[in-house]
Amino acid sequence: MKPSVEQKLWMYEHMFVSRYYEETIEKIYLEGKSPVFNMAKGPIPGEMHLSNGQEPCAVGVCAHLHDYDVITATHRPHHQAIAKGVDLKKMTAEIFGKKTGLSGGRGGHMHIFDPDVSFSCSGIVGQGLGPAVGAALSRKLQNKPGVAISYIGEGAANQGAFHEALNLASVWKLPVIFIVEDNAWGISVSKETATSVPQNAMRAQGYGMPGVFVPGNDPVAIFEAAGEAIERARNGEGPTLLDLETYRLAGHFMGDAEGYRPEGEKEGLNKKDPILLFEKELLANKELTHEQNEQIKIAARARVDEAVEFARNSDYAPAEDAMDCVFV
Amino acid sequence: MAIKERKLTIARAMAEATAQEMRNDETVFVMGEDVGPLGGVFGNTRGLVDEFGPDRVRDTPISETAFMGAAVGAASDGMRPIVELMFVDFFGVCFDAIYNNMAKNAYFSGGNVKVPVVLMTSTGGGYSDGGQHSQCVYGTFAHLPGMKVVVPSNAYDAKGMMIAAIRDDNPVIFMYHKALQGMGWLGTEPGATVHVPEEEYVVEFGKAKTVREGSDVTIVSLGVGVHHSLKAAKQLEEKGISAEVVDLRTLVPLDRDHIFESVKKTGRLVVVDEDYQSFGVTGEIITSVVERDVSILKAPPKRIAYPDIPIPFSPVMEQWALPNPTKIVEACLKFNI
Repeated sequence: MKPSVEQKLWMYEHMFVSRYYEETIEKIYLEGKSPVFNMAKGPIPGEMHLSNGQEPCAVGVCAHLHDYDVITATHRPHHQAIAKGVDLKKMTAEIFGKKTGLSGGRGGHMHIFDPDVSFSCSGIVGQGLGPAVGAALSRKLQNKPGVAISYIGEGAANQGAFHEALNLASVWKLPVIFIVEDNAWGISVSKETATSVPQNAMRAQGYGMPGVFVPGNDPVAIFEAAGEAIERARNGEGPTLLDLETYRLAGHFMGDAEGYRPEGEKEGLNKKDPILLFEKELLANKELTHEQNEQIKIAARARVDEAVEFARNSDYAPAEDAMDCVFV
Repeated sequence: MAIKERKLTIARAMAEATAQEMRNDETVFVMGEDVGPLGGVFGNTRGLVDEFGPDRVRDTPISETAFMGAAVGAASDGMRPIVELMFVDFFGVCFDAIYNNMAKNAYFSGGNVKVPVVLMTSTGGGYSDGGQHSQCVYGTFAHLPGMKVVVPSNAYDAKGMMIAAIRDDNPVIFMYHKALQGMGWLGTEPGATVHVPEEEYVVEFGKAKTVREGSDVTIVSLGVGVHHSLKAAKQLEEKGISAEVVDLRTLVPLDRDHIFESVKKTGRLVVVDEDYQSFGVTGEIITSVVERDVSILKAPPKRIAYPDIPIPFSPVMEQWALPNPTKIVEACLKFNI
């Protein structure tokens, strides 16, 4: 399943939006946090987990999805949310904690819920897996269209929930695609010291489903693998485990000194920046003209800037609104 | 001769206590997420891997169910594991190992099996980390028979209680508050960083401490709430109200006598707690007084706790919901002393 030129450009555009979004959030996050870095300060307080480098995992999968297809994401959700079509203005306002945010400011960056495009995420490692299985079960029982995608990091593949969810989805033959974004680091703990197998794809065999390892952080390769897995799921053939090699070009969270990385690793990864590589490839293949490229970038920046302006100009909800929404 | 001040943060006090006990006792070891070269996300295992090596200071996969269960097994087999799980919000996935095994095996075995585990975890919000990274829930652990629950308000107590926890033959959960920990990026309450003697010492569990004497009202609190209460007491003094502040230090065992004696003296009680209000710590403290002798009270007790809502991300909402000195002052003024 090869992507059309149109699909490739869609992926490129969304990768670019996502990266520019993260770069913008990074700048805003640092406002009010110098000279002393205090997480509580600035227009965006709290933890911030950026997705720089992991964009191919989002676009290669989401290029196949409809609004009704379900995604459960992680504490690092922006790239997936953008590729899934989460309302960018409302998402940004939520990250700022504003009234106009998706949840009125109650959730924040780790708790993005947009039911319009069937997107949610959780700040607890591995805790999107069960809900994805449940969403797939619901579609199957109700005979409604849609597949469920559970994104996790490679660290979460060592959680009991991972093994239980894979087994359950397999015995019930559910339309789920489990996606491991393997960025090789669980905060400071490397995959090789924490994981019993070199690739998590190998674990799929234990649960009776295909396990596909996709090296290279390449959006086109991910598109092809995801396309097959999603088609299998839509045809009622059951779940697939996709194990995607990717790179975390930022720290675990902002403020992470990344002293645990081997010397030179970061520089090496930056040379393999997937957006720059994809841009080069599209230009070389003449699938993208320089003029088009410029237009894509201008439009992407405008979209993000507009969302940020919307968030900045929005008010906080009154403090007492904290008491609302515990029950509905 | 003046004693030279040796101010430590709670994080450093915990690491020092752990190192001293690891030197004393070969059966003590540490495991958890990012406890090795990183030294713990909140700094409380810093330097340990350099001295004791990766066998005794073990980074774990993100497999809490397995390593919490492993702590039960190793402890039952004669070791003294210290287990870090960086946020108390993350305990859900391994609660069976804790509340059905760790806390109960001594009892089930008729006292023949000891489970001397120390759990370390961060609590508390106030810096907009959202509702899965900001809870206290120490009331939940205190509710479970068989768990001791430690909540230090300062580095002196933290060191003495860490040593006591490691030497204790029972499971102990050591719940440090992020705002007291001494990590620059979290903006630390200065009152938590105090003189800590270099030598080993024990702060006995179940001994509350009156950290400020007063005669009109007793403010009972723990952890970060002690600092809020001390600030409130200062403001109350300017208004002619003499507030006594009691630091519980441990929830289990709970020093009910100390609370009662203080309230007997002042006749008024305010409980300050960052944990959820209902079915928790504040209710238990008030009960420990009123069920013993309600006649010592000159007025109904008051409580300032976290409302029964998940913790919102929005800084405006979160700060509104959190206990603070102003709320304590207002509560005390309502006594019309």
